[in-house]
Amino acid sequence: MAFADTMRRALDSDLFYSFRRSPVTVAAAVTAALFLFASGFAPWIAPHNTYEVVTLNLSNAFLPPAWTPSGRAEFLLGTDDQGRDVLSTIMLGARVSMAVGFAAVLFAAALGITLGLVSGYVGGMVDAAIMRVADVMLSFPAILIALLIDGVARSVLPRDLHTKVSIYVLIVSIGLSTWVQYARTVRAITMVEKSKEYVQAARVIGLHPALIMLRHVLPNVLGPVLVIATIGLALAILTEATLSFLGVGVPPTQPSLGTLIRIGNNFLFSGEWWMTIFPGAALVILVLAVNLLGDWLRDALNPKLR
Amino acid sequence: MAAYIVRRLLQAVLVMLTVGLIAFAMFNYVGDPVFNLVGQDATAEDRERIRVSLGLDRPFYVQYARFIGNAVQGQFGTSYRVGMKVTTLLAERLPATLELVFAAAVISLFVGVPLGVYTGIHRYGLLSRAFLTFSLVGISLPTFLIGILLILVFSVILGWLPSFGRGQVVSLGWWSTGFLTKSGLRSLVLPAVTLGLFQTTLIMRLVRAEMLEVLRTDYIKFARARGLSERTINFGHALKNTMVPVITIMGLQIGGLIAFAIITETVFQWPGMGLLFLQAIQYADIPVMSCYLILVALMFVLINLAVDLLYYAVDPRLRADRAAVAGRSV
Amino acid sequence: MTPHSTAMNAATDPPTTRPPANQPLLQVEDLVVEFPTRRGTLRAIDGIGFHIDPGEVLGVVGESGAGKSLTGAAIIGLLEPPGRVAGGRITLENERIDGLPPEAMRRIRGKRIGAIFQDPLTSLNPLYSVGRQLTETITTHLPMGQAEARRRAIELLAEVGIPAPERRVDQYPHQFSGGMRQRVVIALALCANPRLIIADEPTTALDVSIQAQIIALLKRLCREHGTAVMLITHDMGVIAETADRVAVMYAGRIAEIGPVRQVIKHPLHPYTVGLMGSIPSVGMERARLAQIDGAMPRLTAIPRGCAFNPRCPRAVERCLADRPELMAKGTSRVACWLHGG
Repeated sequence: MAFADTMRRALDSDLFYSFRRSPVTVAAAVTAALFLFASGFAPWIAPHNTYEVVTLNLSNAFLPPAWTPSGRAEFLLGTDDQGRDVLSTIMLGARVSMAVGFAAVLFAAALGITLGLVSGYVGGMVDAAIMRVADVMLSFPAILIALLIDGVARSVLPRDLHTKVSIYVLIVSIGLSTWVQYARTVRAITMVEKSKEYVQAARVIGLHPALIMLRHVLPNVLGPVLVIATIGLALAILTEATLSFLGVGVPPTQPSLGTLIRIGNNFLFSGEWWMTIFPGAALVILVLAVNLLGDWLRDALNPKLR
Repeated sequence: MAAYIVRRLLQAVLVMLTVGLIAFAMFNYVGDPVFNLVGQDATAEDRERIRVSLGLDRPFYVQYARFIGNAVQGQFGTSYRVGMKVTTLLAERLPATLELVFAAAVISLFVGVPLGVYTGIHRYGLLSRAFLTFSLVGISLPTFLIGILLILVFSVILGWLPSFGRGQVVSLGWWSTGFLTKSGLRSLVLPAVTLGLFQTTLIMRLVRAEMLEVLRTDYIKFARARGLSERTINFGHALKNTMVPVITIMGLQIGGLIAFAIITETVFQWPGMGLLFLQAIQYADIPVMSCYLILVALMFVLINLAVDLLYYAVDPRLRADRAAVAGRSV
Repeated sequence: MTPHSTAMNAATDPPTTRPPANQPLLQVEDLVVEFPTRRGTLRAIDGIGFHIDPGEVLGVVGESGAGKSLTGAAIIGLLEPPGRVAGGRITLENERIDGLPPEAMRRIRGKRIGAIFQDPLTSLNPLYSVGRQLTETITTHLPMGQAEARRRAIELLAEVGIPAPERRVDQYPHQFSGGMRQRVVIALALCANPRLIIADEPTTALDVSIQAQIIALLKRLCREHGTAVMLITHDMGVIAETADRVAVMYAGRIAEIGPVRQVIKHPLHPYTVGLMGSIPSVGMERARLAQIDGAMPRLTAIPRGCAFNPRCPRAVERCLADRPELMAKGTSRVACWLHGG
């Protein structure tokens, strides 16, 4: 009963209203959900199991998409240089891309929120130090920071260890390049809450003010963080794709959409365009959908525009 | 005013020292510093000699000071991969990157700002919506993909423009420029557009957002109440107020351009610093990496400083009220 | 003497003399302002009518949300979308000005009707000098060159009481104090000699000590230039000191309108009675301030009949069913069934 009530209230809310009203946003949400579903379940629902070497047949290599004269129906979007079905590689690749993206955002948010809370609550030297670091990091683009961390990891770790952990290094490096926005927002809200009277009142009663503040800070923080996270997800996916395209992203054993594009690029000029264009299109559509959702969310949650 | 400049300079120095520290840490502790300096052809005795003469047995801060001293003199050692002095390598490649970045910045400015202003003023128009949709697609396209697509269309299919290299360059002293030859300029087009596209859409959305904010303020309302023409309000008042925060962000964006140049240079095989850096990463070429880091940090710091000074010159409030400056960095 | 404490005393001063008004300067009839929202259309102003004679000061008083500022905005055509004028007529010197095309409206603004808003800090563009903002406005409306406009600007600054105007004309807004800034704002509003000024809470954002100065300045200047003023405020004290007539607004309607002395000393509408009773003054001997129970209704929930009936201590049956229109009672007009109909 309570659930039905909550659902009804949610559906009646201003947020959902603005969602319903915008067909573009609905389309974006549907697309994103589709991607999530397809990539999440990819290992089970992909038409071909493309990374099981046994199943690959080199004679299937370089087949164009199914609707062209020389294409075959079982390989809807064609095959790559090793005979892998492009559609399946895209699904599995999207899985890696999204997984890295989500993980990076979670890491950045966790780091940023924590630092923001500490910075806002403790204040003083700690705050100044953290904000200095944040300022400096903000002036360095994400790509550079991620490249740097990856470069250092690459030279510090022995090769096979590096391959094994490179995906975590990737997640951490993308996360480290984007935590600042979360920290700043949370810090600002924390500072506002800290100056409110209930914090002093809590001290008087004997409760730890930090706990009380958390209860008040977190709800206020949720909205902006959600907006930053959504737009950050798009950025994270793009950054990962870029790094993988450059060859310093995900390991070759777990190719993402960026890796696919890089591989396909080698064959673009000899005419096998589908190996690049389809993964590229998938990447763009995914990022576009996330960006649209982020845009809508930001406008919908912006108190000034209400 | 003077106090402000001094403070900013001190900040800049601090940042450089910090970056220097990171670069130093990389140089000394990642891999073998002696190796970094002399490459793999030196004998064991040579290496031992160098090790002592470098004072690698000395405490940390002494080594750091040495490193900074060397860095200021331009001594970064030898590249693993190429075997040349790092500073020479970078100097050779610097002009290519800077010209590319400049071209991209010019494009993004001259396209992004007017579009941003237009879509800010005509908020609900059809053309505005079209531009906004285009911009959204623009920030969803990764730079490398744009490059690939442009190459596909303009080089492969249409054959109008070259797809790699810088074309013919002219040497002006130490600098080599592609601006003075036709082939140089033609080679510049696709990479510059690729690099600049992301920035253009970013600037456009930024200018639009700022414009909308400004158009909602009380002083614009009062200007309207005084009967000032739309033109005066939009281009006299709103635009000026919009540009002030936009300038800061644009300055930061140049840093982004330098970083994204790495990607563009890779796609177009443009012989710049970015490509060099990438190759250094792939090869774990520490000397090049650390030198690039310091160079780029220096460029960022200088740009930020320039932007701050520009901001100061444009906003009269800052000349008297330094509190606003402190508030800005929050 | 603070504006508050002079509320009662000012009401006993002799009325200022006015030249007889042949025709009103501004005439508003049946004005309706609506806001379409997703829950239906809200009427923020529901059929109000009043007039302002040349040179007179009409106070418009009421709680926050009563529709005072919206009335001012509607008159000069600066309603923020999606708000719009949905009915009625607004006439300036016998010409209709509601429904004019934007360019025509723009020419009226500043030249024939001026406006002053609440916050002087944000009313001025921080990046332009005060002189620049003045000359810009002057040259927009008056046929003057830059040099002449600048001279006029300096004159105006002197007129509003800015010391050393030749020096200060090139300074920036942040270099002026709050009170000084509001003087500059007044100068800006008056520079093209409009016939009417709409002053929307001109003193609310200022220190109490400055408020009196600004009000006195406004009063003096308008008298000297013969400018009429629509003074919108929630501060009865300011009205008492400055206005000739006052309109009391409630929930988007006018409850009572009449000469200031009359309305203050002998309020007719129960709401006005409550308002007057809730104003503290020095020398009052009462245990607690009287207050009106309840709150003004939200736009989505305006009661049937008279909007005030849920809070009215003297409501009768008719009040719950029929909405009263403004009816003459002596020199005032009041929208209340207790006084006629």
